[in-house]
Amino acid sequence: MISFNVLIFAALSYVAILFAVAFLAEQRAAAGHSNWLHSPLIYTLSLSIYCTAWTFYGAVGYAARSGLEFVTIYLGPTLVMVGWWWILRKLVRIGRSQRLTSIADLISSRFGKSTLLGMVVTVISVIAATPYIALQLQSVTLSFAVFAQSGAQVWDAADFNATALWVAVGLAIFTILFGTRNLDVNERHHGIVMAIAVEAVVKLMALVAVGVFVVWGIAGGPSGMLQRIETSDITLWDQDSGRWISLIFLSGAAFICLPRMFQVLVVENADERHLRVASWAFPAYLFLMSLFVVPIAVVGLDLLPAGSNPDLFVLTVPLFEGRNGLAVLSFLGGFSSATSMVIVATIALATMVSNHIVVPVWLHLQADQHAMMSGDVRKVILLARRLSIAGILMLGFIYYRASGGGTALAAIGLISFTGTVQILPALIGGIFWRGATRIGAALGLLTGLLIWTWTLFLPSFGVEAVISQSVMELGPFGIAWLRPQALFGIAGLDPLVHGIMWSMLWNAGIFVVGSLVSFPGPLERLQGAQFVNVFERSNAAPAWTSAATGAEDLLVMSQRILGSREAQAIFETEAARQGLTGYLPEVTPEFIQHLERELAGSVGAATAHAMIGQLTGGSGVSVEDLIAVADEAAQILEYSNRLEAKSAEQEQTARALRDANTKLTALSIQKDAFLSQISHELRTPMTSIRSFSDILRDDTMSAEARERYAGIIHDEAIRLTRLLDDLLDLSVLENGQVVLNEQTGDLSSLIDRAVGAAGLHDSLLVVVRDQTAEQVTLSADLDRLVQVFINVISNARKYCDASEPRLTIDVNHTEEAYHVDFIDNGSGIAKENEQLIFEKFSRVSDQSKAGGAGLGLAICREIMHRLGGDVAYLRRKDGTAFRVTVPKAKMSAALAET
Amino acid sequence: MGKRVLLIEDEPNIIEAISFILSRDGWTVHTHEDGVTAMEKVASMPPDMIILDVMLPGRSGFDILRDLRSQEISKDIPIMMLTARGQDKDRELALRLGATHFMTKPFSNGEVRDHVRNMIGA
Amino acid sequence: MSRQRNSPVFLERASYKQRRLTDAARLLPLLGMVLWAIPLLWRSDTAEGTSNATSLLYVFGVWVLLIILSALIIRKLQVDTEPSQSESSD
Repeated sequence: MISFNVLIFAALSYVAILFAVAFLAEQRAAAGHSNWLHSPLIYTLSLSIYCTAWTFYGAVGYAARSGLEFVTIYLGPTLVMVGWWWILRKLVRIGRSQRLTSIADLISSRFGKSTLLGMVVTVISVIAATPYIALQLQSVTLSFAVFAQSGAQVWDAADFNATALWVAVGLAIFTILFGTRNLDVNERHHGIVMAIAVEAVVKLMALVAVGVFVVWGIAGGPSGMLQRIETSDITLWDQDSGRWISLIFLSGAAFICLPRMFQVLVVENADERHLRVASWAFPAYLFLMSLFVVPIAVVGLDLLPAGSNPDLFVLTVPLFEGRNGLAVLSFLGGFSSATSMVIVATIALATMVSNHIVVPVWLHLQADQHAMMSGDVRKVILLARRLSIAGILMLGFIYYRASGGGTALAAIGLISFTGTVQILPALIGGIFWRGATRIGAALGLLTGLLIWTWTLFLPSFGVEAVISQSVMELGPFGIAWLRPQALFGIAGLDPLVHGIMWSMLWNAGIFVVGSLVSFPGPLERLQGAQFVNVFERSNAAPAWTSAATGAEDLLVMSQRILGSREAQAIFETEAARQGLTGYLPEVTPEFIQHLERELAGSVGAATAHAMIGQLTGGSGVSVEDLIAVADEAAQILEYSNRLEAKSAEQEQTARALRDANTKLTALSIQKDAFLSQISHELRTPMTSIRSFSDILRDDTMSAEARERYAGIIHDEAIRLTRLLDDLLDLSVLENGQVVLNEQTGDLSSLIDRAVGAAGLHDSLLVVVRDQTAEQVTLSADLDRLVQVFINVISNARKYCDASEPRLTIDVNHTEEAYHVDFIDNGSGIAKENEQLIFEKFSRVSDQSKAGGAGLGLAICREIMHRLGGDVAYLRRKDGTAFRVTVPKAKMSAALAET
Repeated sequence: MGKRVLLIEDEPNIIEAISFILSRDGWTVHTHEDGVTAMEKVASMPPDMIILDVMLPGRSGFDILRDLRSQEISKDIPIMMLTARGQDKDRELALRLGATHFMTKPFSNGEVRDHVRNMIGA
Repeated sequence: MSRQRNSPVFLERASYKQRRLTDAARLLPLLGMVLWAIPLLWRSDTAEGTSNATSLLYVFGVWVLLIILSALIIRKLQVDTEPSQSESSD
């Protein structure tokens, strides 16, 4: 016999290995090496949390008692997986497109983000899961006890309770550590999923190993085994057809509705294609898990003394045969089944409790401060999750203690399933029927919950525990048709079938009728359409490209949701953080993320995500949906804010609109001005050319004059060509068709070239340079770079209005880039024009005799962006300064594009 | 000595072309390149006719036109506006402000000569 | 969401096959349900009841069949991932 301490040691080492696996997986995921974590294999294995300790140990006992009925628990999920095309495919797509966090989120989100429904589903799930968690604690404790007793220790109740308590505490610690580590609450749990996958392999190996030992080691091969089965006392096929079909239905429905299954099936799903593999691989897993159940049960009954607990045959058969190693492996298998189920179930339930009970309540309490989202909600959420995990495990433990850990617990697995399955009508209706409404769903759920509680849950505590014997037999207050196990006078049914039938019938019936007679709200209808038509929606091409995303679009939308004051404050703060003046920031990914979180605070994560995704060109809903969401959300908010003084807010909105209009008008004027500017620039040289060619044709004149006029025509033709070149250049640059020609060269010589070509010979402009700082080697398209330098220098020549114009060229560098600053001593650029100078054709004023059409800086900016750098105006006290930023690293990104 | 034409224009090559055309036709051409000081130039030596470009450094040709029409000394001098922008609204604005004629660049030499002859010729 | 756009009258051979495969994928669970309900009709007409080995082999045999069929369908479907999805809902 193995010593109990060795067993403890084995269990602890196993847990340590799981810790290591989870930790490593998290590390790899954090480092970005998560490809292998996202394999269909891991996904399939993670589904194995369906097989709990109840199935690991209990299936053999179940088979010993009721023959093949045990297999229904696996047949239901097999049918659901094989029929993935119907339900799971849709659930996974919806889960991904709506960023669902749990099954409560699914129901709440589908029915117009109803807080009430989220709470109801959460409560049902917690009630149904508590006995189940207690069951896991019981089986781990029992399996410890088997070893302790085989080691001649005698366990009393205190030992059982202490063991169960330690198991619960250990599970809580593990789950909190890996289930709530990520600050981002929407992240997947790589560590947990990996640990679950390892546990899936361990429990399968354990059961198969015991099975192989039984078939080949004891029964002498398959045919011998079949013979034993045939002659066994167990009657395998004596099925009540009601129970057989009900149980297949029940297990299949529970497979979809269990919060922990939703967690691994939908929330942790990294790739929809994994579902395809799992659709046959997971039935295969279930097949292997149940293949040896009957042999073990048959051999156990043959071998072990009468009265042995068949629920523990998986352990006791190897022990009886003296196979201690096998027994330990089998123990670890059962331990794996229990722990993996409890971990995922508590994570899923904790998510639901925090998102649908704690946070709404917390928000409600915060509401009177008016600053809806002033605090850090995520800290609250994480704390809520940790407390919920501990709380749920504690509930499980308390239930275990209260129920006395007796056989009453074993029966509750199916009852617990039936409770969970009450979610099914709302779920199926929600994803297939647009007419399903919140009222229907709520009424159906509550009815189902009520009937389940009355017919199955309360009686499960045992006779006289909650419901007295007389009520069971005569009905409450003597009303016979309300007897818990014979509702409406239908007596003689199996109590479980009775409970399933009535609860599901009433649940579904009331759900349908309630939906038919009630009218859904706007948000509800929208969500309904998105859920039911999820495949059409997500195939629709995004209507707005990212190029169209402006800060203004985002602002307009945010104002609809947050109110103009809050929205503008957010935008202004961001603009200030980016060092910009005005109220519109650059639209950076961080800003979008930030904004989405802000919006999520008001309209929920799913909606905020869809709206932002739409505006920024990510796929998602269509424009009509977006506008509908914004309008409806606005309506809802408006309704709730109606009593608040809004005049100030409206005025601000109006002002924002006026500003936007002014800006648009200015842009339009600018465009006109630009067109007449280009007309001017083209016609001026053409005037000279035409005039002088007339003169040359008509007149007789000296050769000298003739040559002079021909020279003028030549020069003006060149000017015209240059202008057209510029226009073409800009158009090519803007369309991204440019081919960059990377060379390596010395900055100093580039500036030499630029200064030489900038036409300074007849100008007063003095160029001040620091030749030593310029001794750096650059790798870029040098001709393009020189073009930029020439442009900036000739701008200084043209616009520097100092009496002794001077241009200083400074070179310095940071880790990533060189900065070449061109600073003149002129009067600078008026603040209101800073934004405009890089716009094409926008010359700052008409006064220029610039000789260019105002395209220079626009071209420069395009070039520098292509080169992976930038050119920017630096505001200074005195003078005009432009900074050309040239990246040090190879301009890999820009080059790779071309 | 022919009548005096004042050409207010900033493009050197266009100045040279118009000067050449008009001189050859017998007019005396004075030129001025800056918009800001154009009024003083007119006041110091009132010409018989003014050719005025719209896009001038410092000051728009339309502003100068308005000033010229408001001054006693220049309110009756024929003025021909030149523009390279070629928009209808520029033409309307010029004529409303009192320009005698409006001409779009590029022009033919004969066109310039004929209009000047019409405006101040015998 | 105009329907006409998504549903041409005739499909190429390849996408026709894909659609029939999705039909198969949809029918598979129904097949499983029927096959697993059949033993209910066996009903003990003999005093002995149904043979243990037979019922065990039947139930597990259906299981293997479903797994293999499902894997075959998925394999064929996987050649082209998306074509059939647009026509799927309702």
